[in-house]
Amino acid sequence: MVKVNLWGSLKARAGGRDTIEVEAQTIRQMFRALGEEEPGLVPVLETGISVAIDGQIYRDDWFKEVDEDSEIYLLPRMEGG
Amino acid sequence: MLDKTAENGEFKYVGTRPQRPDGVDKVTGRARFGADMVMPGMLVGKVLRSPHAHAKIKSIDTSAAEALKGVKAVITAADLTADVPEAEYDTMVNCIAHGKALYDGHGVAAVAATSQAIANKALKLIKVDYEVLPHVTDVEEACKDDAPLLHDNIFTEGLEEEPTTPSNISGRVQFGHGDVEKGFAAADTIVERKFRTEATHQGYIEPHACVGNLSADGTGELWCCTQGHYMVRNSCAAILGIDISRLRVTASEIGGGFGGKTTIFIEPIALALSRKAGRPVKVVMTRDEVFRATGPTSSASMWIKIGAKSDGTITAMEGLLKYQGGAFKGTWVSLGCMTAFACYRADHMKTVGYDVLVNRPRAAAYRAPGAPMAAFAVESVVTELAEKLGIDPLEFRLQNAAKEGDQSSYGPKHRAHGLIETLETAKAHEHYNTPLGPNQGRGIACGFWFNFGGQTSTSLNVGADGTVNISVGTVDVGGSRASMCLMVAEELGVPYEKVRCVVADTSSLGHNDTTDGSRTTFASGMALILSARDAKQKLCARAAKIWEIPEEAVEWVDGHARPAGPNAGEFDPMSLAEIAGKAETTGGPIAGHHEYNARGAGVSFATHMVDTEVDPDTGRVTVLRYTVIQDAGKAVHPAYVEGQFQGGAVQGIGWAINEEYIYGEDGRLQNPGFLDYRIPVASDLPMIDTVIIENPNKGHPYGVRGVGETSIVPPMAAIANSVSAAAGVRMTELPMSPPRVLKAMDDAKA
Repeated sequence: MVKVNLWGSLKARAGGRDTIEVEAQTIRQMFRALGEEEPGLVPVLETGISVAIDGQIYRDDWFKEVDEDSEIYLLPRMEGG
Repeated sequence: MLDKTAENGEFKYVGTRPQRPDGVDKVTGRARFGADMVMPGMLVGKVLRSPHAHAKIKSIDTSAAEALKGVKAVITAADLTADVPEAEYDTMVNCIAHGKALYDGHGVAAVAATSQAIANKALKLIKVDYEVLPHVTDVEEACKDDAPLLHDNIFTEGLEEEPTTPSNISGRVQFGHGDVEKGFAAADTIVERKFRTEATHQGYIEPHACVGNLSADGTGELWCCTQGHYMVRNSCAAILGIDISRLRVTASEIGGGFGGKTTIFIEPIALALSRKAGRPVKVVMTRDEVFRATGPTSSASMWIKIGAKSDGTITAMEGLLKYQGGAFKGTWVSLGCMTAFACYRADHMKTVGYDVLVNRPRAAAYRAPGAPMAAFAVESVVTELAEKLGIDPLEFRLQNAAKEGDQSSYGPKHRAHGLIETLETAKAHEHYNTPLGPNQGRGIACGFWFNFGGQTSTSLNVGADGTVNISVGTVDVGGSRASMCLMVAEELGVPYEKVRCVVADTSSLGHNDTTDGSRTTFASGMALILSARDAKQKLCARAAKIWEIPEEAVEWVDGHARPAGPNAGEFDPMSLAEIAGKAETTGGPIAGHHEYNARGAGVSFATHMVDTEVDPDTGRVTVLRYTVIQDAGKAVHPAYVEGQFQGGAVQGIGWAINEEYIYGEDGRLQNPGFLDYRIPVASDLPMIDTVIIENPNKGHPYGVRGVGETSIVPPMAAIANSVSAAAGVRMTELPMSPPRVLKAMDDAKA
């Protein structure tokens, strides 16, 4: 199981939870499991958000591995100028 | 294979300051910018823009314009595709209004004619029947329940309860950890303040310009100034309903972008006009159009509260940020919230942000979008809190600076970074210890930006004479071609002068994300290092064939293939040129490629220090001295890194002191020109001193971090701290123009 931390305003889409534990080996599997656990998250997950794994931020990287010892945060999609 | 890394030794080329490869073209006028392209039979395209801040378009009559001799095409919203993907809808509507004009300057129709005079005359013949609607241009006013509503189908996202009525607040975001109430209860001293900033423009000197040539069968080409020609291709293809493979986009040289050229404004218009006219169409914006219809940054209204114990330990940090993004949803308020407190360590942090719609042009990215305004507010309060505690503001920052392993304000724990080094360098810097004169003040501020990687594709071709051509798909906005050549020279072990870099068109390489997010030197650079390693393997394989020994018995050292050990045999090393010269007979062309979604971008921190003097009679602020200290990971071409530091500081000086969008009661922009919207010129500025910190990013072979954006995060805060010290009153609104500073000083005396 990996523990996924949500950013504050995602709580409203996740039944008030700010962390969710799911079974996943990759970011893609994690997204799928999060969507099944909390369907309210699906529209946000589909917009292409970022994921921080042990402080490193990944964007559009479905097959990056996640493991249960990792610190995982969902973050808004990274953009810049 | 000996691959260069940040750890395994001295660099030979990386870290040097050679001449830029595009330098001669730019100083001799050979470089071709957006407006320099001419095609046979080319027409002039012009856009009719709304004179109203908010108006329903009841009808558009183009018949008189179409009948004018020399007019070859007129288009309205009806000429763009009806089934544009949802992700491109707002972009399309921002180019040409669909049913409603949402801001002063919003495009309504466009013409293509044989001359500019005819095109201008035709615009006057287009009859638009407007029903003028109430408007709102102020971020706080737009949040009120009785504010004029821009869209009746936008409901606030991110609320705990699903809203039932539409709103100008399109979204709410929240970040943080801990319990701020508990944190403030533990504080001995608390400072809270409200701040406001006005919208500013990126101020690129080159207006948007393009030439579109689209045939009736849907194949075409587009020449344009942009930060991302793949983005332009994909957006235009979607808006025009054509396959992306049928549209080839070439990026011109770019006269500045700074984030403002990461979207499209005129490109689909030129293509739609061309498709209708059957001839190429050039569209070049006037400066008035650039101000009224392209994307400035957000204006912001903010509240910040920070508490600390008397020993200087910050106990809680809280912020509320409201950013307006113009007439469409999607400001960078979430990035403002995430970066606001990123320089600090505290057990209790909370930021809430609101994304607000107003009748202004759609905001575009501007270097570290969302972060500078938040930093202005936060760093002002940090300094004021330090002063109240009787602690030197720099020492206070050092005491509370975020370190590796600390929980960040945006969520995850910090990885290794160079914030502490920038602060310690500032503390030891001669600037920090120089005495000040009367009416002078010194300010410091820190700043943070994420940086990222993104989709990248590069190619490297070895010529028969041993010179090397490299192709990237990321537009060179700040000297990146020189950096690319340096990294390839380093990896291959060939002189910098033997490597040439071009920005390829969209048909020549796989997809490349836009040059934004300070990603190009990091992501394209790493892709080219990997392309070079791919080529080195092939070069070694060719040498192995020539020597008739196994490939694994050959290694690449200092630009030569050589036997890897005594058992491999005795052969004289072969240079890249020697191997390349035999390519025809040893297997054909030698090339290296790499395509990926770049991982491993490293964050960047900076500390800025500035001295200003305030004229007590007029309120005029003079910047006396400015020093930028920033972590670059590894400076590939230090002169360009310094240029990025200086450029960010200068734009921040303009944002802090002079620049602002001024709207009249009628909702129209009052200062759409450089005479009334004053960006800093050389005579306004001191030399911007720089110090490059090199704390290698482990996610890049050479340790590179992006540097293009962090440098605009601290300036407004540093200048506000300096001006506040000089004027003897805390400045909370930007710009700190003479009337505003004078009023603040007068109010303080009263």
